[in-house]
Amino acid sequence: MYATSYHRASSVGEAVNLRASHDEGRYVSGGMTLIATMKQRLAAPSDLIDLRHIADMKGVSVEGRSVRIGAATPHADVAASAALRAVCPAICQLAGMIGDPHVRNMGTIGGSVANNDPAADYPSAVLALNATVVTDRREIAADDFFLGMFDTALEEAEMITAIRFEAPEKAGYAKFPNPASRYAITGVFVAKTADGARVAVTGAGSSGVFRVAEMEAALSAAWSPESVAGVSVDPAMLMSDLHATAEYRANLVRVMAKRAVLASL
Amino acid sequence: MAKVTLTVNGRTMSGECDDRTLLVHFIREKLGLTGTHVGCDTTQCGACVVHMDGRSVKSCSILAVQASGSTVTTIEGIAAQGELHPVQAAFNQHHGLQCGFCTPGMVMTAVDMIARHGGALDEATVRHELEGNICRCTGYHNIVRAVLAANEEMHGAARQAAE
Repeated sequence: MYATSYHRASSVGEAVNLRASHDEGRYVSGGMTLIATMKQRLAAPSDLIDLRHIADMKGVSVEGRSVRIGAATPHADVAASAALRAVCPAICQLAGMIGDPHVRNMGTIGGSVANNDPAADYPSAVLALNATVVTDRREIAADDFFLGMFDTALEEAEMITAIRFEAPEKAGYAKFPNPASRYAITGVFVAKTADGARVAVTGAGSSGVFRVAEMEAALSAAWSPESVAGVSVDPAMLMSDLHATAEYRANLVRVMAKRAVLASL
Repeated sequence: MAKVTLTVNGRTMSGECDDRTLLVHFIREKLGLTGTHVGCDTTQCGACVVHMDGRSVKSCSILAVQASGSTVTTIEGIAAQGELHPVQAAFNQHHGLQCGFCTPGMVMTAVDMIARHGGALDEATVRHELEGNICRCTGYHNIVRAVLAANEEMHGAARQAAE
């Protein structure tokens, strides 16, 4: 790892000021991606601004059907939140499938969403739940947030402070995990909202997380695993790598979508 | 250079290190506690698991400066008054190791797992929860037996104490 300078922020304002004064700096929360990337010398931020000690950014709150998850909330806390499980168990199940217990104790929802790894779990939930990404300066709709592989609408020095969404009528998540890393080779999150069904796929797309309009239309008409069974996704828009070909992933999208709907029932 | 202060196994300990120093290297090289191992160094194997503020974490993937101010428990800190912790005793009794390299991480993971599940552990849960710890000798069967035996021992004892 190259040399870096560490700063611990105690408030959102302090963090943004620290980041703004270090051009080559990066925010770090759980660090479960960033520290590993720095160890491989694939990233070399001059400064690290630690967000893990900002009290306002931690914890899950549920009021009626409105959910707010602080960006620095670790996956383990999302997985274990009884209040969240009561209104949207699918996101608790998703959080409990990330990495392993030790990774879940450090890694955070804000870090996962900001990084937008094409195989991360959370982006599919944020997109399918039509969530709002709250930052230090504005609110961004999920449909406008994910711009491509590792790319988001976040500006330089902008940081996520929370994820907000209205709990859907039904939701489910299913993933085919890489057996070593537990990243999604393909993961599908389905949500039945007041405005119709939303389906988001992670792990498969060559431009990161994406929605499947045809599945959404089919599920809006009838919320059943059979509704998505006949929908196919064009392999041309999917990734091929040593784990799976695009054609294999195209089949997984359909299978995981069926399982996700089944899990929601 | 940064000054890092931790409460390790009940004692306040300080040391100086680079900001980029990993927690596991700080524990091993600055504090001299070499029970915590570096296995894969890529967050896969779990040989470096310690408890930080009561949660199991992989100390090869955390900077020492990130941990500064926290309470850390390592494998050296779980035996009380020269008596093996029930999890250590169970690993011994059930032969939950061969070469022993992964054992510190396995034991720290098991202690955390047993505490979190409050006695309600079955074999499937133990196997699922061990997904962050790799053992290349045992094939896991005896590790799972040891964790279940320790769980029974600890929660059996708690039940007796409550009666």
